[in-house]
Amino acid sequence: MALLNFFRKPFFWVIVAVTAAFIAVPLWHSDVALRESLVLAAVYIILASNLNLMIGYAGYVNFGSIVFFGLGGYIGVFLIIDYGWPPALAALAAGAVVSTLALVLGLGILRLHGFYFALATIGVNQAVQSFVSNFTPWGGASGIYISMSSYQALGGPMKALWTIYFLLVTVMAASLLLSHGIKSSKFGLGLLAIGQNEDAAAVLGVPTPLYKALAYSVSAYLPAVAGCLYFFKSAFIQPVDAFDLSFSTEAVVMVMLGGQSTVAGPAIGAFLYEELRGWLLTSATFSNFQLVVAGALLLLIVTFAPGGVMGFIHRYLPKTRKILE
Amino acid sequence: MFGILASIVDGLLIGTVYGMAAMGLTLIWGVMNVVNLTHGAMIVAGMFALFLIGDWLGISPYAIMPPVAVIGFGAGVLIYWLSVHRMIGRPPLMSLLSTFAVNLVLIGLGTDLWGTKLFNIPVSLPGLSYEGYTFPGTHLMAAALTGVIAVLLFLFLDKTRSGKAIRAVAGNRVAAELVGIPTTRVLALAFGLGVALACVSGALIATMFPFTVLSGNAYQLKSFVVTILGGLGNPAGAFLGGIALGLIEGLATPFMPVSWTSVIEFVLFVLVLIAFPRGLFNFTFRRS
Repeated sequence: MALLNFFRKPFFWVIVAVTAAFIAVPLWHSDVALRESLVLAAVYIILASNLNLMIGYAGYVNFGSIVFFGLGGYIGVFLIIDYGWPPALAALAAGAVVSTLALVLGLGILRLHGFYFALATIGVNQAVQSFVSNFTPWGGASGIYISMSSYQALGGPMKALWTIYFLLVTVMAASLLLSHGIKSSKFGLGLLAIGQNEDAAAVLGVPTPLYKALAYSVSAYLPAVAGCLYFFKSAFIQPVDAFDLSFSTEAVVMVMLGGQSTVAGPAIGAFLYEELRGWLLTSATFSNFQLVVAGALLLLIVTFAPGGVMGFIHRYLPKTRKILE
Repeated sequence: MFGILASIVDGLLIGTVYGMAAMGLTLIWGVMNVVNLTHGAMIVAGMFALFLIGDWLGISPYAIMPPVAVIGFGAGVLIYWLSVHRMIGRPPLMSLLSTFAVNLVLIGLGTDLWGTKLFNIPVSLPGLSYEGYTFPGTHLMAAALTGVIAVLLFLFLDKTRSGKAIRAVAGNRVAAELVGIPTTRVLALAFGLGVALACVSGALIATMFPFTVLSGNAYQLKSFVVTILGGLGNPAGAFLGGIALGLIEGLATPFMPVSWTSVIEFVLFVLVLIAFPRGLFNFTFRRS
């Protein structure tokens, strides 16, 4: 019955439509450049949407969420190269490993609040990055290169790129469904209560330590899966890219830009950010000022519009609340 | 044997500079509960201020420290008004993001102006040799200056009216306001001081090591580690934390490849944060 209600919600069909568009548009034109920009958009949406589970729902600022993506990439690529696992299976396994690690780690660092938690997540990312940079089985600081022969199983590099793209879009759809499903579940309500006032939530019977650790762990799964697919597609992975702290902070910016604690917001923010970045990088006037513009924009949002894009939409078009959650 | 000792002493000398940078970060946290993410960018700003003024006037880098401090203070007050003032008392995410936004703008401008090439400030200062090991003059001078600045900071916080106001606001902002302390001005003052400390420590680092526009990140992370070791919001603890970090680096260097020290640092960072969130050297200055 609950499942039936889920399908009846208009937002479910919004997710289906967006996913269909991501698949159909590049196929229609068989446009590789468009596909590449959509790959980036899909990855951004996956990262932002899962980060929102922590920031928007539970109210815990995870500044180092990229560690899931990077570690998933490393474990997945390692399984593909050294053990010859098929990419999709390796990605799922990498997600499971990272998610388990996050659960254990979460039970520890989620005892911290506010800034202390934010600093700890940065510390975790840096610790993993410096460890992997010294870990010789994974190539140390120079990373792992994937030879062309690894793509033969997927029908050669050209075909493999399309397959991986479709897999990434599937992960993106799964991220949105997960975010939507959690928000309307008891678990999600518990998280939102923690985000509002953790002590009050605990008093009212929300098992806060468990819920927080679960949220941390769940928010690690799909980014790790996406990390494996993304780095397999890039054909090489190195610690500087995999655990790039600024990428992780950009994900926080996307969540804020779109509107935290909504389902559609982070996805909209991620898409807008990707478009903005692409436009700034190619524009003649701004190409050198990409970071300056992004920074100024962020400062304006934080100062004047903390609700992000969704805040605006919901305020001026109240009817959309029923469709865009 | 003496080689190990020499490495430890050199680590301690550099550690004092980490300590000073972290004092800037922790002062701001202690007074207004804001983690200043422009810290790294302001360390780099200090480096470039030293480089540019030195290039322009051609005088000794150490004579340029006072103007660097003044510039840092001014920049700090400006950043406070621009990005921090509205965030006081709001959820942590807000001030983290607003200071990070300013950081992005500064790094963007920096990379546009100077690219990411390596800069180096040649300082001719005789070192101190003992049993075949030479302690570089720049390291000795940096540690000496850091000591002086730390003493001055503690005298300022302890003895002057403004310093007492800063401690009062750190202790209880509402009560401070009730007894007539202009809290907003005090917050701006504390932020300016914190940034000035970051700038001067950046300038001192620039006399010791080469740097790029992007060096700030690494030093900012070191400051985080130091601050956590010392306890957030505790300048004396931060200074000791800096020395502790220098000790760890000095102690580790003879025994393992340099790249492993950061693994130790960050693992220690997370462990200390989980086990002792109030820091290892926890005698707070809020109690007054």
